[in-house]
Order: sequence, then C-alpha cells, then structure tokens
Amino acid sequence: MSNCAATELTGDTYTRRFEQGPNQDTLIVNMGPQHPSTHGVLRVIVELDGEYILRAEPVLGYVHRMHEKMGEVKSFTQYLPNMGRVDYLHAMAWNWAYVGAVEKLGGVEVPERAEYLRVIATELNRISSHLVWWGAYLLDLGAFTPIMYAFDDREIILDLLQIVTGSRLTYCYFRFGGVTADVTPAFVSGLKEFLQRFKSRLPMYKDLVTDNIILRKRCEEIGVIDVDMARRYGATGPVLRGSGVAYDTRRAEPYGVYDRFDYQIPTFTEGDAMARYLVRIREMEESVKIIEQALEQLPEGEHLNAKAPKPAWKPGVGEAYFAVEGARGKIGVYVVCDGTKNPYRVKLRSPSYCNLSLFAELAQGVILADAVSIMGSLDLVIPEIDR
Amino acid sequence: MPDFNVLLAGIPAELTRLVLALIGLMAFIGLNGLALVWVERKVAGHVQRRPGPFEVGPFGLIQPIVDAVKLVGKQLATPAGADKFLFWLAPLLAFLPIFLLFIPIPFSENLVGLNTNLGLLLILAFAGLNVLALCLAGWGQNNKWGLLGAGRAVAQSVAYEIPLLLAVLAVSFQTGSLDLAAITAKQGPWPWQWNILVQPLAFFLYFICAVAETNRAPFDLPEAESELTAGFHTEYSGMGFGLFFLAEYANMIVVCSVATVLFLGGWQGPIEPGWWWFLIKMYALLLVIIWFRWTYPRVRFDQLLNLNWKWLLPLSMVNLLATAFVVKLFA
Repeated sequence: MSNCAATELTGDTYTRRFEQGPNQDTLIVNMGPQHPSTHGVLRVIVELDGEYILRAEPVLGYVHRMHEKMGEVKSFTQYLPNMGRVDYLHAMAWNWAYVGAVEKLGGVEVPERAEYLRVIATELNRISSHLVWWGAYLLDLGAFTPIMYAFDDREIILDLLQIVTGSRLTYCYFRFGGVTADVTPAFVSGLKEFLQRFKSRLPMYKDLVTDNIILRKRCEEIGVIDVDMARRYGATGPVLRGSGVAYDTRRAEPYGVYDRFDYQIPTFTEGDAMARYLVRIREMEESVKIIEQALEQLPEGEHLNAKAPKPAWKPGVGEAYFAVEGARGKIGVYVVCDGTKNPYRVKLRSPSYCNLSLFAELAQGVILADAVSIMGSLDLVIPEIDR
Repeated sequence: MPDFNVLLAGIPAELTRLVLALIGLMAFIGLNGLALVWVERKVAGHVQRRPGPFEVGPFGLIQPIVDAVKLVGKQLATPAGADKFLFWLAPLLAFLPIFLLFIPIPFSENLVGLNTNLGLLLILAFAGLNVLALCLAGWGQNNKWGLLGAGRAVAQSVAYEIPLLLAVLAVSFQTGSLDLAAITAKQGPWPWQWNILVQPLAFFLYFICAVAETNRAPFDLPEAESELTAGFHTEYSGMGFGLFFLAEYANMIVVCSVATVLFLGGWQGPIEPGWWWFLIKMYALLLVIIWFRWTYPRVRFDQLLNLNWKWLLPLSMVNLLATAFVVKLFA
C-alpha cells in the first residue's frame, strides 16, 4: 500500500496519472467500478487523507454501449427500443424526447388522446424512477428497509405499465404519431387504486424516514450547490431545483399537453442534499396530481395517428432538437436527417452527465460518507452518462 | 447438582467448574449464534415486508445450519500481499475472548462459571480485545477499504468504551460491589425493583454504547456495506468471515447479558426465579438491537464521535457524580 509512483504493474493508466504529485500520507482508492453505492458502473478515483477526500475524479466509460453510433446504423423506427435502454429508470421520457424530435422533423401530428396517454405513462414512470432513487439513496445511507417498501409500491406501477406496454422496465411505448396501444379499463381502475394507495403511503415515508434525525443529519448541509455552480455545470432537474432555480422543461419549453394541468414546480433554496431529497419527494406528489387530472380529462379518440408513418419511413432532410423533463433533469435528443433511411446523427443529451460533473468539485474536502450521500442525492444513472 | 466446592480426583474444584463452564458456554454460544442468525433474518424479513428464510426446513429453521456448513466448506483464501499471521489471527482473536466475557455472568444462582467479586472488571477488561482483533484484521488484509474500516472501528470502540464504563460504574457504586452475583441479588423479582428504575439514564447510555461497541446499526460504520464494501472484513471469506460474524453475535449476547444482570434483575423474576427469566430478558434486548438495525440509517462517522464526546460522556459523568452524591448522602 505504498504511495510512491505506481509501477507498470499496479493500477491502470488512470491511477498512474492520478498518483502524480500526491501528498505524503494520502491513500488513493478506487470507488468502483464495482461498488455497492456508485449506482451503476461508475469509477471514482479518490485521494483520501484519512477519511477526508482531497481530490475525486470520476472515470467514465465502463457502460459505454455506443447508442449514438447505433443511431447512425439503425433506421428511425429501429432506433426506438434503444431509447428505453439509455436511462432505463425513466425510459418513457427518453422515448418521448426522441419521438418528439423526429415528429418535429417529419411534421407528424399526434392525436389528443395519445398526448394524454403519453403524459400518464411518463408521469407514472417518473414516480417509479423516484421510488428507486429514494430506496437506493437510503440503502446507501444504511437504512435497509425503505427500499423494500419503495419497491413494493413500484411493483404495482410496473404491473400497470406492463398491461399497457408489455414491458416492465425498458419501455418502447411511443411511436411516431402516438403510442403503441390504448389503455384498458383494467389499467384505469388499477391506476386509480394505486394513486389512492400511494397517497396514503407518503405520510408514512415522511414520518419514518424524512423526519428521522439520523437522515436529516446525513443530508442537511451536505453537498451545497449554489445557483452559480449549478449554472456553470449545466445541472438540471432536481439538482437545479434544489438550488432555488425553478426551471422545469415542462414549463420552460412546453411540450405535449402539460400546459393543461395544474401542478407546481417544487423548488427549495438550500441547495443541499436534503433540498434535492425534498424536491423529489414533492415531485412524486405533483406527478400524482398530474396523473389524476390527465385521467379526468382523457378524451376519446385514437391512440395512434391513422396516417402514422410506416416503419421504413424517412422524415425530410433537416435537424430537430426536442427536450423533455426527465426524472434526473433535462433530456435532449438532437436528430439530423440527410434523406437516407438512417439518421445522420443522433445526439443524446443526458442530464446525469452534467450532474455528475458537479461531483468532482463537490467532493473536495468532504468526509467519505458524505461523498456517498452527495452522489446519491445527485440521482445518477451511469448507463445514461456513458450511453 | 454435584458440589463443585470439593476437589475432584485431585483437580482443583475451580478448574473443573471453569472447564465445564467453558464447554457449556461453547454450546450456548454456538446454539445462540445459530438462533440469532435465524431471528435476525426473520425479523429483517418481516420488517421489510417479506417472509425471510422459509424454504430450508420449517419456517427456515435449518437455514443457519446450512449457512454454517457452507461457510465451513469454503476455501480459506489469503489475499495476495496479506500478512498471513495477522490475517488469520484476527478472527480467532475476535472470537476466543468471548468465552472469558461470559464466565462471570450469573445465569442463575448457581449457573456461573466463576464466582468472583471482580466480575464486572473482568468483562470490561476483556471487552477491549475486540478492538485489537479489528485492528489486526484491517491491517492484515492488505486492502485499503479494510484499513479504513478498521480505523473507524478502533476509533469508535475506544471512544464508546468510556461512557459504557461510567454508566456501569454508576450501578456498581450504587450496589457497592463489582460482583455480578451481588448486583443481581440486590435487585428484586418485580420490574419496579430492578435497577433500571433507579438508573434509567445509565441504562439508556449503556445500551447506546453497547450497540456502538458491537458495531451494530446505526453505528455499523466499520462494516458499512454501502460505503466500504464490507469494511474491516472485506477480504475474509469462508470461516474467517464466519468467525467474525459469530463474534459479532456473541458480543451482542454478552452485552445484552450484562445489561440484564445490571439493570433488569438478572435471573430474578416473578413466580419462579431462574435462568429462564435471564434468557427472556436477554432475548428481549437482543430483539431491540436487531430491530434498530433494520429501522435506522447509519450515523456518519464524525457525528458518531461527536455524539459520544459531546453527549454521552458528559451525561455519563453527570450520572456517576449524581449517583456518588446520593450514595454518600443516603447510604
């Protein structure tokens, strides 16, 4: 365990370059890529002085699956399932971003009922994504039980979405011009039951978990991100809203039928991990409200445009960018079409990438346990970062 | 019951008694270890809305035995670059002193390994050996995560021993002796005659320190699964891990036994005093410790030490001074 310059036999290029110029008594450890709390295959090289982190450097690429390259070799319709796998926890949002970009490019109309179904599916998915985040964050902090309760609720959502889409996690529900399938009465009644049940569970989560003094001590004043720092790194989503900026893509760049619903954008000004935690809990409540309103307002109609493009369709030449509000932040998809059957370029803007870049600066000078708390509060999904 | 105060075939009576006690304790600790594994997993399961083990044997009762067989059957792998001697000494050092801790504890009027008037001192002295074992484990495994875990464990154990000592001292001040049998005898069979009513703060402090000493949640940073992979027992597999695991449960049992003797009246109980009351009270405390683990998140390390130095230590000193004051004035 010496800290002299690593020889060719120890470590890899990252650890060797990292070790240049360390202080005399510091420990250089790898958190990850296999680590219980880096939420995926993330590697963070950390220089520790006892328990305090002097420097932290994330190393990416362990889950790079070349989604953007696949966008260039698959046709527009063949690329649809890829979107469910980029961020599998909020697959609907990625679906929407891509489909929205291509629809903009090709001028495809979406029936009103389909718009409402898209909203319901995406908000349900947002709730299930936040439940996973909540359970996993508490697991990182050492509470082994809340994740079980969160997954209990999430199972119901997964079963509901399976009725409609056929998938439990990596949804491919969206098509150019609407959605794949209409909702069944079983879905609607199951959804109403779930919403009632979920609303009665949230107070228990608040009493047992959110108000727990140990949790509060682990989250309050940890990883404070001020507005300037958030803007510099391009943070979006709950990370930004936890720092006081009320920016939500659903309001800032409206898409779909979100302007027909009455919902709030939860914002807290402290900028610490607790603020981000509370933002997400409140977002779950707001999503419940949106779904209820969407169910009430759901119009009759078709779920897919009768003149929806066929699978081998090519939108016209051009480029389009479409952004949606995902559970982690602003998801953007930029599609360039040059008239051939495959896109010329698909650029995926993932919110976790920018949120992760905050971590290197946030982790300086904090104790190791706090670094884990900070990383959890950023809600990262590494496959989304690496794409 | 044979009279052990008589020389038996030339062997001193005390020695015979000790040997028999050690054999009995081995059985007791072994069986209790197995039982606790099952209880922990079942309680964890039900707290988490799932059944826990239920396939292996009725209600999963055979699960711990099967787990033990699995652990024993695993390869004893030493990590590359590890200090072999220290690496394999550590689990033994964690586990073997537990027997010493059990010897002065009176399970009932006659069921005690060693009738000594310094029982409490013996327990407090040997409880510190656990720290050494953690230290050796962390260093010997040649793993940075293990080292971090061991560093935390040492700081935590050393810090929490002090309020524990002071809380226990308050009880022995009040009783006037370090003899566990005497402390038990001075309490009565009914709950209002137990020491917990006279020394509630001491019990509270003792229990918190006990949970911290045994590295149980919410103070389980040395083995913080989600931060340090497995802390000081990262590199241990098979029986090495099994010994640490067993030592943790045995430590829990010791700590709950001492609490029972000091605060809950030991083997005394209504209707029919005996070892069954001792066991009931001990298991109740064990259940509470297990319950804590699955309910609370982990306390951060500096907060843990803060809690100790800024809250538990002053409170225990105040408690001790108050006890001394009262004893001097009214005894």
